[in-house]
Amino acid sequence: MESSDITNPQDQQSQSGSSNLSDTERWGSLIGGGALVLMGLRQGSLRGALTAIAGGGLIYHGATAQSSIQEKVGMNQSIKVEKTVTINKSPEELYRFWHNFENLPTFMKHLKYVRVINQTRSHWIANAPMGSSVEWDADIVNDQENKLIAWTSVEGADVDNSGFVRFTPTASGRGTEVKVVIEYNPPGGAVGSAIAKLFGEEPEQQAGDDLRRFKQLMETGEIPTTEGQPSGRK
Amino acid sequence: MKALCWHGANDVRVDTVPDPKIINPRDAIIKITSTAICGSDLHIYDGYIPTMQSGDILGHEFMGEVVEVGSAINNLKIGDRVVIPFTISCGSCFFCNRDLWSLCDNSNPNAWMAEKMYGHSPAALFGYSHLFGGYAGGQAEYARVPFADVGAMKIPDGLTDDQVLFLTDIFPTGYMAAENCDIEPGDIVAVWGCGPVGQFAIKSAYMLGAERVIGIDRIPERLQMAKEKCNAEIINYEEVDAGEALKEMTGGRGPDACIDAVGMEAHGTGPDSFYDQVKQAVRLETDRPTALRQVIVAARKGGHVSIAGVYGGFLDKIPMGAAFNKGLTFKMGQTHVHKYLRPLLERIQNGEIDPSFVITHRLPLQEAPHGYEIFKKKKDSCIKVVLKPGG
Ligand SMILES: NC(=O)c1ccc[n+]([C@@H]2O[C@H](COP(=O)([O-])OP(=O)(O)OC[C@H]3O[C@@H](n4cnc5c(N)ncnc54)[C@H](O)[C@@H]3O)[C@@H](O)[C@H]2O)c1
Ligand SMILES: [Zn+2]
Ligand SMILES: [Zn+2]
Repeated sequence: MESSDITNPQDQQSQSGSSNLSDTERWGSLIGGGALVLMGLRQGSLRGALTAIAGGGLIYHGATAQSSIQEKVGMNQSIKVEKTVTINKSPEELYRFWHNFENLPTFMKHLKYVRVINQTRSHWIANAPMGSSVEWDADIVNDQENKLIAWTSVEGADVDNSGFVRFTPTASGRGTEVKVVIEYNPPGGAVGSAIAKLFGEEPEQQAGDDLRRFKQLMETGEIPTTEGQPSGRK
Repeated sequence: MKALCWHGANDVRVDTVPDPKIINPRDAIIKITSTAICGSDLHIYDGYIPTMQSGDILGHEFMGEVVEVGSAINNLKIGDRVVIPFTISCGSCFFCNRDLWSLCDNSNPNAWMAEKMYGHSPAALFGYSHLFGGYAGGQAEYARVPFADVGAMKIPDGLTDDQVLFLTDIFPTGYMAAENCDIEPGDIVAVWGCGPVGQFAIKSAYMLGAERVIGIDRIPERLQMAKEKCNAEIINYEEVDAGEALKEMTGGRGPDACIDAVGMEAHGTGPDSFYDQVKQAVRLETDRPTALRQVIVAARKGGHVSIAGVYGGFLDKIPMGAAFNKGLTFKMGQTHVHKYLRPLLERIQNGEIDPSFVITHRLPLQEAPHGYEIFKKKKDSCIKVVLKPGG
């Protein structure tokens, strides 16, 4: 059973429609809960989980089938990252800023440009090694106002990727916990491994730094820097 | 402009560097009128602070005149005379909102480095290595001040630079060190180190109600200043065993609170200090905590240990058993300068204290390298150097 590695032992005997329903619930609570998302996801794909929640079992099955083929031909080098930061702002303010994906390049360093095409679709351009770039279209697959935004790249992406950001208010007066979970599936081959390197070199730190810049921008209105300051370096 | 740049251990030079400019909306540019050398700068000078780069501009105790402001600054104008806290703080994060300014979440562009070293990043500091943000410091003619809307305090007319300059660091640092002792009426406070920070810790301990304050050092003129200017009882630890003397002076109980105003480069006389010198020299140990060990052993049961002296890394042979079994309370950290600016300015204005008493040398910026040398080696009875750009 292809999906056995992402289902609970107690789910294993039940299959098809009913199991997909419980998977959906389980992923729903995983993504909305306090535990480590990637721990809960184990070997499963984030894309699978996100599309399952968005569209129910059928799409999920499709996604599983696809990823299992990738696994078989040895292309599945997915990079998964999970990072959380607490920001001294309301979920509303943070959700609103993030929801306009055109704002993302201000704090996500590897992004060059994002253009919003319509309610759900956007076009993304990211820096790739040696001055080149990679592009994809992404769809918002789950949008819960002031709570959660999930997106996945659509077919034809240079780099298959998906992710979600969640905004959870903390105990009174302590702002909002912002959790980001992102998954990249770089293509195979030389280009793919270069891209894997770009996204994969300390992905935790890259995501953490992006999220910190988001926090800095939201809390202080700017991103602190020393670029352009004087020094006595020759 | 001219600026004092670090080029390696014991190698600082006044170089000509580009003028600073506004980079972020909340920046201001200050034309510096007075800037001091701090004991913290000596840790850099001596090469014990990692992540320095050749050419870094030093200095974190400076004041001057606003000459340019960023687009988001609306509480400062050109010509305002201001003092600048050495900690860089945003004013809007969880920590700044709780008056824990030196723990600001947002000011360090190199927070990832600090997170690797400390788990979390404290605030950035002016001129204090890339681990703490890599911001150019203020031993220069001009400085860029980030978050200037919360980081620059205007100085009312009628006060000289010498009177207010130390609001940037050492007066608040001594004051916070004393505050961290939770002093109660009747308390005896002992202060290790009678450098500028120690002097202000002694004065502040009295301000906060200590019955007696004892200063410990070995440099005669510093002990003399502690006695004459700050009203401390003194112990020269080269003449007597400080621990024994303290016991005698406190009826055998030990001081109710002990302040470490020495930090990572403590001088020592015993075998443990030799061990530290060797280990620190070959970088097996980052800090030389001789004074801190004494502090812990001397403190009375249930007493307070307040650490103002800077520590950077991993310390050997800390008598944790003494600390634990005597139930000591520890408080420490870089000073939350912003919190103390106004209250301490008031104490200066109403004549309770004139911080200029610690100044022994006033030099033109051009002579800063000489200033470092005499301050480090305690030559010419040097206790505190103030530099004058353009002087
Ligand atoms: N917490 C903060 O925010 C903060 C701010 C400023 C300075 N500091 C730190 O405070 C410390 C003191 O600063 P300063 O400007 O007064 O420096 P300083 O070097 O002038 O003074 C240190 C004094 O300690 C004495 N000393 C050395 N070893 C001793 C020992 N074993 N016992 C007793 N005295 C001893 C020295 O003789 C000297 O007089 C430094 O570590 C500095 O980095 C901390
Ligand atoms: Zn200082
Ligand atoms: Zn802050």
